Amino acid sequence: MINFKRASSLILLLVSIGFSVAKAELSIQITQGIDNPIPIAVVPFTWEGSGVLFEDVAEIVKNDLEQVGEFRALSPSNMLAMPREEREVYYRDWNVLAQDYLLVGRIQRSPGSQLIQVQYEFFDINRELKLAGEVLTGTESQLRDIGHEISNVVYELVTGTRGAFTTEILYVVSEYVNPELSYFRLEKSDYDGQRAQVLLESREPIMSPSWSPNGLEIAYVSFETDLPRIYIQNIATGQRRQITNYPNINSSPVWSPDGTKLAMVLSKDGSPDIYVQDLINNQLMRVTDHPAIDTEPAWSKDGKSLVFMSDRTGQPQIYQMELGANSYDVERLTYDCFHCAKGQFLPDGVNLVHVRRETRQSTQYHIAIMNTETLRVITLTSTSFDESPSVAPNGSMIMYGTKFEGRGVLDAVSIDGRVKFRLPSSIGDVREPAWSPFLN
Amino acid sequence: MMQNKNIIKASLLGLMLLSLAACKSSSDAEGELANSSDMEGSQGASSAAQASGAGSSGRLSQEQIQAENALRQTVFYFDFDIAEFRTADRETLIYHARDLSANPSKHLRLEGHADERGTREYNLALGERRANSILNFLIVNGASRSQIEVVSYGEERPAMRGQSENAYNRNRRVELVAR
Repeated sequence: MINFKRASSLILLLVSIGFSVAKAELSIQITQGIDNPIPIAVVPFTWEGSGVLFEDVAEIVKNDLEQVGEFRALSPSNMLAMPREEREVYYRDWNVLAQDYLLVGRIQRSPGSQLIQVQYEFFDINRELKLAGEVLTGTESQLRDIGHEISNVVYELVTGTRGAFTTEILYVVSEYVNPELSYFRLEKSDYDGQRAQVLLESREPIMSPSWSPNGLEIAYVSFETDLPRIYIQNIATGQRRQITNYPNINSSPVWSPDGTKLAMVLSKDGSPDIYVQDLINNQLMRVTDHPAIDTEPAWSKDGKSLVFMSDRTGQPQIYQMELGANSYDVERLTYDCFHCAKGQFLPDGVNLVHVRRETRQSTQYHIAIMNTETLRVITLTSTSFDESPSVAPNGSMIMYGTKFEGRGVLDAVSIDGRVKFRLPSSIGDVREPAWSPFLN
Repeated sequence: MMQNKNIIKASLLGLMLLSLAACKSSSDAEGELANSSDMEGSQGASSAAQASGAGSSGRLSQEQIQAENALRQTVFYFDFDIAEFRTADRETLIYHARDLSANPSKHLRLEGHADERGTREYNLALGERRANSILNFLIVNGASRSQIEVVSYGEERPAMRGQSENAYNRNRRVELVAR
């Protein structure tokens, strides 16, 4: 029996500081799927306790798997049987329905406690083989975490890639009232937009949220003093501190992979340049030194260099520079676009995700990936105002901000461009998603 | 010095006229009250007018009117992808610079903005570049650096929402805000 430890501590902290739940929950909309998804049967889990559970665990798993596009779940109305556990499973029932995989489960109250235990089992129909089975225990409010954890197990067993269903996202919401008044909120939610919580509210803009590598802290830019300044906030306690107060722009905070430094943009010496602040001894190191605009730093995986955008040739292009190198020792990475910006490497360290406008005439901004070895470019999106790409920690999907019917929304696209989904949003302009690292 | 005095008096006159207009539009129930303040208002206005008559030869010079109008323009628009203010705004900005120079206690905040095209961080930098183009011009023309604060909002505070060319044109701007 596995105790749902990570989730337990998380929920305790949430309760202790009383987060507000931000809005009614809507579900993800799949906007583009693949042609031949893997058929999987997710049998509704039976609840064997009294009362009504407020989460449908099987439905959570089914949504997770369908959202990433590689799976298609069989409708329960087409099922020939509804097994709860292994001894009730007859492989031929699923073979005739051309299913490759089967997930079954049952939910009970944990004897003598308020906890709930979810038992699930996962089968390969073609090989007539049980691939996984365990019991996850938690409070009723952790059922969603348990569902996402089951999705992680299923996803990894089928695709060989670690699932990112228990990850979270940060994003900014703004509600425009008039030119003088807007409300800005920094929110955090599950990767699928559910269980949104407000981390910061302000009448002044909030920008550039970013996760610490251990997932415990966030950095962002807030204009609450009337000027853009960088803050670090502990997610669990809500405790925050202002960490910069340099003249002019203080923006784009990004944690180094080891969590000891923060790359940022400062224009204290004239034009915006890239700097690195050591979070332990507070030393500030200047990285770029150019009269043009240098901004949007992103760390290489080894933490030894930074990718950034500069308009030193007249239009934004993406460059890379070793930390501590001479300011003229800069490598230009993009050449074939009118405007290439917001570059960052995928976990493979070779493919560069970025925002791309092809030509001066084409006024569309798309999310694209460029292989920095072959220089091959794949454009992943087809909407017009795509920006702020953020990569899932398993490298499988990219979330980004775009416009739908004039409103800011968050979309996600698979790394091969085949699958797209849109996060639910009911109010305001949603933007600048930041996908968390693995949190467990 | 004389010029400045006159400008202050002229705006006093403007205020009086405004209060007059406001009184006239009050409802009947407040008629009596409105009447009495009406009286005061007109007296005040006439004395202000007289005072200004005594200061110069009874009217504002063309130059003074131009300066007044120039100082009233506090939003400056920019062309797409351009960080320099429009040449048409040059003269107006010279009046702002002279005003700052003549009034060392005055402080301005230059708020730079961009339209939403392009990435947010780049737009934050573009907004600053635009505000700096006005900052530098004001300093060259007599304002002191310490009188002016620059802040960029990038695309975060649009004057007009939407993806129209009109909205973009109105959002690429620098606003001069008195502090």
